[in-house]
Amino acid sequence: MSTDTLVKRSVAHGMFTVQRTYPGVTPRRVFDAFASIEAKNNWFTAPNEAWDVVEREMDFRPGGRERLVGRWKSGMITDFDATYFDIVAGERIIYAYEMRIDGRKISTSLATLEFKPAPGGGAAFTMTEQGAFLDGYDDNGSRERGTNEIVDKLSAALAKG
Amino acid sequence: MGLDATFQALADPSRRAMVERLSRGPATVSELAAPLAMSLPAVVQHLAVLQGGGLVTSEKVGRVRTCRLEPAALSLAEQWFNQRRAAWEERADRLGEYLKTFPDGEPK
Repeated sequence: MSTDTLVKRSVAHGMFTVQRTYPGVTPRRVFDAFASIEAKNNWFTAPNEAWDVVEREMDFRPGGRERLVGRWKSGMITDFDATYFDIVAGERIIYAYEMRIDGRKISTSLATLEFKPAPGGGAAFTMTEQGAFLDGYDDNGSRERGTNEIVDKLSAALAKG
Repeated sequence: MGLDATFQALADPSRRAMVERLSRGPATVSELAAPLAMSLPAVVQHLAVLQGGGLVTSEKVGRVRTCRLEPAALSLAEQWFNQRRAAWEERADRLGEYLKTFPDGEPK
């Protein structure tokens, strides 16, 4: 429970999809890049010049947890805290995670990763995130002004993936 | 405001760092530049892209230019989802580079 006083409670939902085709590799090879901390550290974390990793752990099995805490150049600390729910070797990974910024919970999300053979060869990778963005960390009501149209456009753009 | 310009503005880690900084309050150009390993002119160029994307406004008082997030541009929720998406676009590209180290899908 947050100890902040006068936190305005709110939830905003969002969803996006990122897709890539990787030539010359099997779906299993792409899955394997997610399946161990050694492989994942090659590409998942931000470049070292952008931040310092403070904490890193990964227990890749249903019910297992993954954690990545980093301190950015700006001094901001981000905390990625995930729990795996579904792992089908070579095909699918589903995890839920929450993000904290400077100790404050910002979002709770569900991430679904799918690995399939691409029609023309190689591997097709799809990442879908469905998230609940919490309490806005925005006590500044001015942001509500004039955003409706943007929100509609953004939702449409995100829905297209 | 074009969404393409907004996505493009958020597709760069330095610019996201600047947006993250400004999400905590207005800052001068030199305050924005301080934690970044780049020249002041480079910072000013990045700021121009952020302004083009409708995310940041700036105001010069005397010799000091102060930048702030454009309140009407995007709520923090939208900024957040934009950042998550841009971060995943980057990750997917880094994953592609990593996968290239496995010729024919086999470990090197």
